[in-house]
Amino acid sequence: MRISCPCCGPRDRREFTYLGAAAYLDRPDPDAPAPEWDAYLHLRDNPAGRTRDLWYHDACGSWIVVTRDTVTHAVLAAEALA
Amino acid sequence: MTQSHRIPGKGLIDRSRPVRFSFDGRPYEGFAGDTLASALLANGVRLMARSFKYHRPRGVLTAGPEEPNALVEVFEGEQKTPNMRATVQEVFTGLRAQSQNRWPSLRHDLMAVNDRFARFLAAGFYYKTFMWPAAFWERVYEPAIRRAAGLGALSGQPDEGRYEQAFAFCDLLVIGAGPAGLMAALSAGRAGADVILAEADARMGGRLLADQPTVADRPGPDWASQVLGELAAMPNVRLMPRTTVTGAYDGGTWGALERVGLHLADPGALPRECFWRIVARRAILAAGALERPIAHPDNDRPGVMLVSAVQSYVARHGIDPGRVVVFGNNDSALQAARVLTAQGVRIAGYVDPREDVAVVEDFPVYPGAAVTGTRGRLGLRDVAVRHKGGVSLIEAETLALSGGWNPTLHLACHLGGRPDWDAGLAAFVPRAGMVPSMTVAGAARGQFSTAACLADGLAAAKAALSDLGLKPGTDTAPAAEDRPYTIAPFWAVDAGGRAWLDFANDVTTKDVQLSAQEGFSAVEHMKRYTTQGMAPDQGKTSNVTALAVLAEATGQGIAQTGTTTFRPPFMPVSIGAMGAGGRGMGFAPRRLATSDGQSRDMGAPMIEAGLWYRPSYFPRANEVTWRQSCDREVTMVRSSVAVCDVSTLGKIDVQGPDAERFLDFLYTNAMASLKPGRTRYGLMLREDGHVMDDGTCARLGQDHFVITTTTAAAGQVMRHMDFVQQAFCANWAVRFASVTEHWAQFAVAGPKARELVNKILQTPVDERNFPFMACGPACILGVQGRLFRISFSGELGYELAVPARYGADLFARLVREAEGMGGGAYGMEALNVLRIEKGFITHAEIHGRVTAFDIGMAGMISARKDCIGKAASRRPGLTGAEREQLVGLMPIEPQAAISAGAHLYDKDAPATREHNQGYVTSVGYSPTLQSWLGLGFLRNGRARHGEIVRLVDGLRGIKVACRVVHPVFHDPEGGKLRG
Repeated sequence: MRISCPCCGPRDRREFTYLGAAAYLDRPDPDAPAPEWDAYLHLRDNPAGRTRDLWYHDACGSWIVVTRDTVTHAVLAAEALA
Repeated sequence: MTQSHRIPGKGLIDRSRPVRFSFDGRPYEGFAGDTLASALLANGVRLMARSFKYHRPRGVLTAGPEEPNALVEVFEGEQKTPNMRATVQEVFTGLRAQSQNRWPSLRHDLMAVNDRFARFLAAGFYYKTFMWPAAFWERVYEPAIRRAAGLGALSGQPDEGRYEQAFAFCDLLVIGAGPAGLMAALSAGRAGADVILAEADARMGGRLLADQPTVADRPGPDWASQVLGELAAMPNVRLMPRTTVTGAYDGGTWGALERVGLHLADPGALPRECFWRIVARRAILAAGALERPIAHPDNDRPGVMLVSAVQSYVARHGIDPGRVVVFGNNDSALQAARVLTAQGVRIAGYVDPREDVAVVEDFPVYPGAAVTGTRGRLGLRDVAVRHKGGVSLIEAETLALSGGWNPTLHLACHLGGRPDWDAGLAAFVPRAGMVPSMTVAGAARGQFSTAACLADGLAAAKAALSDLGLKPGTDTAPAAEDRPYTIAPFWAVDAGGRAWLDFANDVTTKDVQLSAQEGFSAVEHMKRYTTQGMAPDQGKTSNVTALAVLAEATGQGIAQTGTTTFRPPFMPVSIGAMGAGGRGMGFAPRRLATSDGQSRDMGAPMIEAGLWYRPSYFPRANEVTWRQSCDREVTMVRSSVAVCDVSTLGKIDVQGPDAERFLDFLYTNAMASLKPGRTRYGLMLREDGHVMDDGTCARLGQDHFVITTTTAAAGQVMRHMDFVQQAFCANWAVRFASVTEHWAQFAVAGPKARELVNKILQTPVDERNFPFMACGPACILGVQGRLFRISFSGELGYELAVPARYGADLFARLVREAEGMGGGAYGMEALNVLRIEKGFITHAEIHGRVTAFDIGMAGMISARKDCIGKAASRRPGLTGAEREQLVGLMPIEPQAAISAGAHLYDKDAPATREHNQGYVTSVGYSPTLQSWLGLGFLRNGRARHGEIVRLVDGLRGIKVACRVVHPVFHDPEGGKLRG
C-alpha cells in the first residue's frame, strides 16, 4: 500500500502510522452530553467501500485524511489536515 | 563414464566450463548453464526423489520452478536448505545435493511399503483413522504422524547466511523475459521508460530458448540475445535474472525474490538471496504458461515428463532423452514431436486422444489413443498405449505428457480477482483490470504462438507508455512462428489403477473422486480434504486438472466449479530473505547518549530503553553484585551527590504567542499561569480519559516553553501534539519541534548538589535566586546552557542542559566533581529505586489503562479549562472505589523479596482470578528504608492504607504478606526536595 503524502509525495505504507476514522476530527463540545462523547470516542462505522481515515506521516509529521476503498484497497485521496 | 546422456554439440550450456558436484555422495560432472536436474539427466540419473506419501520413485517432471517431484536438500551445516527444486538450483563446483524423504537410500526406501497399503491411505485417511480416543490426539497420533510426515529436514540451527532486502522503483515492471516480455521491455526501454525486467530463470528468453522458433528469420535464442544486448546497453533498463516476482500488492507494489549467491561456488560478500519490494507505476505480466500433465495410470515414474520439459532439456541442455513417447491432446504437443524429431530425438510414438490427428508424420501416430500404463521400477522402461488396434507396449525411456497449457496468471489474481474459464483453450485466463496497474500479455493471457506473444508484448508496452505519458516508438513486432493452437480437453485416462494429479502431495484422481463422493465437492473443500495443491509447488501443474476431474465427478462444468484462491507468494520465499536485517541488532538504529563512551569505560552494563542505551549501574572494584552498586548509588544521592544522564527524555521546544494556550489544551493542568523562569509538572491524557504521559514544562520566556516527555513515550507524544495542533488548532500561532538530540542534560542530585553545580556555574545559585522549580539560561563552564531546579529523586536536584556537542565533557566533569565530594555517577537501577522511594510514576504505572484518578492526580485536571481527555475522564467507571488505585507496598518482613507482575489478594483469600484485588507494577530494594518496596494498583487502595494484603507471584513462586501504604515512602513532606 502506498499513500501520497501532500508534503512528500507517494510513500510506502511503512512510513505511516494509522490512527482511526476521520470522525475523530469532529470533537464534541467539552460540555456535550456523555452519549455524544461516547459515540465520538468509541462508535465507528465499518464500511465496505469508501472510508476516510487518519494517517500520520512519521517522516514529516503531517496528519493526513486518506480516502480509500476498503473493498478495492484503492487510495482515492490524501489531504493534509493543516 | 560422465555425461553419457549429452547430445554432442547441442544446447546453450558452456562446455568449456565443466563443474563437479555430487548427489547423494556420488560425484558427477556437468557444465556451466546446467541446473541440478539437467546435470543429473546428462549423467543418466533419472531417479531424484521419493514421493511425499507413498515414497514412490520419482524423477523430474518439469524444467522449471513449478517442479513438484525433484525436491532435494542442498548446502550443508546451518545453511542446509530442504525442498530446493533441482530444476531451479544451478550446479557449481562443490555443490553437494542430497535426496530426501527416503531411508536408508533413494534406491532402497523402506517407507515405500506405504505404496503397498495405498488403498488404506487414500484421502481422508488421517481424519477417519485417528479419531478415537481423543486423549491420543496430542500424545500419540500427532507425534507419530509428524515423524512420518514432511520432506526434507532443516538443520535445526540458526541460519547465519547473509540475506538482504532492497527497494526498487520503476515506471514499468515487466514480469517474465520470454517473447512477450522481451518485446515489451524493448519497446518501453526505447521509448525512455524506466524499466525493470524480472525473470525467474538464470537466462532470459523463456520459451524462445527451449522451443527455438524462428524470429525475424533467426533462431529464437539468437534474437533473444540480440534484444538482451540492446536492453543491457540502455541506462534506463535494469535486467533482473534469477528474480521471481512473488506477489502483487496494493498501490503497484510487488514482492520479488532474487537468488544472488545460491548458484556460486564462492559467493564472497554476496548475500544468498535478496527480497525486493518493487514499486512500479505500471506492470506487464508476461509470465508465460505452464504445461499440465495428463492423469493416466502410473504416470509418475522417473522418465515421465512434460513435453515442454523434454524440449527444454534437449534444446537448452543438450540432453538425450532416449526413445520418447509423446502423449498429448493439443497442437503444441504434436509440433514438439516434430521439432524433437528434427533435432535427432527418436519419437517412438505420438499418442493423441483426438480422432482427427493427421497420421502422416516422421514418427508413428496413434489417433484416438491413450496411454494406459507404464512399467519400470526406478525408471521408465515401456509405455502401454491403448489404440484402435488394441494395446501396445512401446519401449521408451521418456514419456512426454501434454494436457494443454495453463496461463501463469497467479499474480493477476493476488488482489482477489477471479479468472475466466476459456473453453477454447481449456484453461483459465485473466480478466482485464484484475490488478489495477497491470496488463497481462502473451501466453499468460492465452496467446500461445510466438508471433502473437511478440505482438501482445508490444501492444501492452504501448498501452503502458501512453498511461505513463511517454510517447511510444514506431516499433513493430518481428515476423515469427504463428501456428494456431487447438486442443481437445482431455484430463484423465479411464483405465483403472492410480493416476496422479498432484505429484508433490501424492493425490490421485481417485482421491478427488472420493472427496466429491463424501460430500467435499466444493473446490476449496476438495483441496483441503485431499491436500491437492497444498505442497511446496502449490499445485502449479495439477490444480486445473484436479478441478476438471472434480467437475466431472460432480457433474458440474469447470467454470461453475471455479478455482481455489491464488495468494502470495507465487514461489516459496525463504524466511531469511523476508526477515533480512531483522536478526539480532539488524537494521535497528542505536541511539547513544553523549555520555555513552564514558559510561562504558566505567564498566557500566548498558540496557536498552527503546532505541536508546542507558547505563544500568557503575560497578566499583569491591562490588560483586549489581545490588551492591545500586545500593551504593542510591545512598550517594541520599547522603552526598550523584550524577545521571537524563538526555534520553523527550524534549520538545514549543514557541509562539499561542504556545501557552496550546499547552493548556494538551496538559490537564494549567500552563498559561506558569511564570517565565518557572517549571511545572504536567500530566497528559488521551482523549479517552486515560493517562498518556507525564513530564515537566519549563517556561523559558513568555512565548517559549520546553517540555519533557518520558523516554518511552517521546514519539507518541510528538505524534499526539502534531495531531492536536493540526486537527483542532491549526490556526493558532504556535510551532514546536523535537530537540531531544540537540541537548545533553544531566541530573545532579543530593544534599550537596548545590555545592557541586556552583563549582561549574559562572553565576552561583542559591535558594533565593534559584528556588525549587526554577529554570533559566545559565553559563556552564563557559557554554550557554540551561539550568532547571527539578528532581526525580526527591533530593535537592538540578538538571543542567548544554548543546549535545558539549555533553561528553560536561558529564566527565560532573562525575569527577561528584566523586571528589564522596559521590559519583548513578544508573538506571538506582534511578528506579530513588523514584520508587518517592512514589514517582513511570510507564510501568501509566501503562495505558490507568486514569488520573487511579494515580491520585484527579485534582490535576483543571476545572477552569478544557483539555484533551477531560470529558472522558469524568465518565462513570473511570473514577470511584471500584478502581484499582496506586498504593505503596512494604513487605512485613522487610528483606522478603517481592516482584513486579505479582498479584494482590486479601490476606486470607485464595490466590485465584476471582479474588484478584490488584497487581504490582514496580519493585526495588530501598537501602534508605532497609526494605523492599513496591508500587502497585489495589482496588479502592487509597482507603486501605495500613491493611495487610497477600502478594502472590505464581510464576516465580513468591508469596509475601505486605502492608499497604501511601505510595510516597521517603520524605513525604518533600522537605529535602525543596532544599
